[in-house]
Amino acid sequence: MTMKKNLGLGCALLGAIGTTTAANAAEQITFVSQGGAYQQAQTVAILDPSAKKLGITINQDSIPDAWPAIKTQVGSGKPIWDVVDTPTGYCLRGGEQGLIEKLDFSKIPNAAAMPEAYRSPYSVSYEFYSSVLAYSQKTFPKDAPNSWADFWDVKKFPGRRALRNHPIATLEAALMADGVAPDKLYPLDVDRAFKKLEEIKPNITVWWTSGAQSAQLLNDGEVDMEMAWNGRVSAVAKEGAKVTFTYNQGILQSTSLCILKGAPNLDTAVKFLNEAVDPVHQANLPLNIDYGPGNPKAFDTNVIKPERAAQLPSEPANAAKQALMSYAWWSSPSGEAAEKRWASFLQK
Amino acid sequence: MTVSDPSQRHQRREHGLMLALVSPALLVILLLIVLPVGWLAWQSIYHDGFTLENYRRVFTEDIYWRSFALTFEISLAVTVIALLLGYPVAYLANSVPKGWSILILSLVVLPFWTSVLVRAYAWLALLQRTGVINQLLRYLDVISEPLALVHNTFGTVVATVHILLPFMVLPLYATMQKIPGDLMQAGASLGASPSLTFFRVFLPLSLPGVLAGCTMVFVLCLGFYITPELLGGGRTVMVSMLVSRNVELYNQFGAASAVAVVLLLSVFAIFFVVSRFISLDRVLGQK
Repeated sequence: MTMKKNLGLGCALLGAIGTTTAANAAEQITFVSQGGAYQQAQTVAILDPSAKKLGITINQDSIPDAWPAIKTQVGSGKPIWDVVDTPTGYCLRGGEQGLIEKLDFSKIPNAAAMPEAYRSPYSVSYEFYSSVLAYSQKTFPKDAPNSWADFWDVKKFPGRRALRNHPIATLEAALMADGVAPDKLYPLDVDRAFKKLEEIKPNITVWWTSGAQSAQLLNDGEVDMEMAWNGRVSAVAKEGAKVTFTYNQGILQSTSLCILKGAPNLDTAVKFLNEAVDPVHQANLPLNIDYGPGNPKAFDTNVIKPERAAQLPSEPANAAKQALMSYAWWSSPSGEAAEKRWASFLQK
Repeated sequence: MTVSDPSQRHQRREHGLMLALVSPALLVILLLIVLPVGWLAWQSIYHDGFTLENYRRVFTEDIYWRSFALTFEISLAVTVIALLLGYPVAYLANSVPKGWSILILSLVVLPFWTSVLVRAYAWLALLQRTGVINQLLRYLDVISEPLALVHNTFGTVVATVHILLPFMVLPLYATMQKIPGDLMQAGASLGASPSLTFFRVFLPLSLPGVLAGCTMVFVLCLGFYITPELLGGGRTVMVSMLVSRNVELYNQFGAASAVAVVLLLSVFAIFFVVSRFISLDRVLGQK
């Protein structure tokens, strides 16, 4: 960590020498996301343009699961990171545990203009993805499954099935299969959801654990339909596999930006937060990767072409067909209890 | 005193030298294994004060019991299959001329050089619905519906046997090498049939190797993670997977390390029982 910090400092110094706006040159933040193609896409669409516009240096770090590091860093009293892009549930849980700064939305006008469901006192939505019903077009050339009720209907739609080995989004799908409307899910009726899952359990070939695994299952024809993340399915389809998905009854999920409690560059971090959800930067993100912008205003910028917008999970018409995940519920005690119940459900 | 005895002084000096030579290794083990394991064990009983909550959970919630039972069942199955497959291989390697035995042993060890991950995916390619085996059986009209060969306990056992087989064959071969060939000839000269000689002479003499191989395979299998994770279909939850899941679920290491400590203690218990029958040096391949 110290080495990374020194490296960051070094970069900042270099930046200071390089730029002419001397007053702002010393301002810097450390931004953390999940790495890979996803972080690369952000760098092009959001991070570099924001750094340029604000005249600050953005040091990047990446980690697949930021939560343990957030706990350790803030626990040590001297966090190194400023802004973290992490599943929204962690921002909320962190907020409740005093690990995440409460946001002053008067200083973040771009976020203040976003719908209330897209932000929390501690976080603001950064990008959207969706847990969708994906299927093989080879098995279902027409009359494809189009809802979770279809997924549960093994008579009408015979075939092998896979679900994620995790209660988040899976319980929502079970309730929708049982007839609950997408906008009436929360608070989840956990007993009802697990009862419905027991029904489909014997017909689930694989409970997948990683996105890569879900893609492979569909690609190899190991399963005929499954719940998967939209970006994974479209990537497999782009490779030429005859697979597709429907946004109908998808579960719209997000990662959010939040600031670590006691962040070393709090003021700059707040400025960056506002810039990062700027509609134009946000609109550039889906041009680089299959995720939807966290700020719905991005769709009004004319940056995203209508054909492209129609493919994105958070495009208003697509979003209307889906359930918006309530991270507040999942980080509540009943949500945590449901998460613990999952293991015993699966092993019975 | 006998300190003046030159041979004893020499021996003491040699002991001192040996100690100096192994001390870097001991230090590494202390720093990288003993201390972290001790720290983890500490976490399992200390979280804002002493607590046995983590252990209460391990011993009262039935998912832990199920995982431990499943892990021991799989380990037992893998050990028995590896023994049945490995013994003839070791026997063959022991009874053919040197050049052939080197070839056989290299074939046994060769997969060692491929990563566990790659081997798991290779089994996936062989066993899945559209995999080589199902395609072939359907082509030959042996089956009409593809068999469920993977994403279950069966697939996990198959791949685990493949990965652990060398740990069975090598100790067996080492033990067989030390069985004098004249004993078999003696048996034959006294009129015993080859099978009688095998069962009365060779097999009993090879038992230390059997025990050594079985212990190695069984204990290594107890901690398997990647193979059941990739080939178990999410239902085959072995203890190591509970460890990782507990870190995610309870957001503290204690919950996970309690599971690890229980597993570690069961491994110690196994070694203890085995050591009553056979010297541990032998199990670990020293002699």
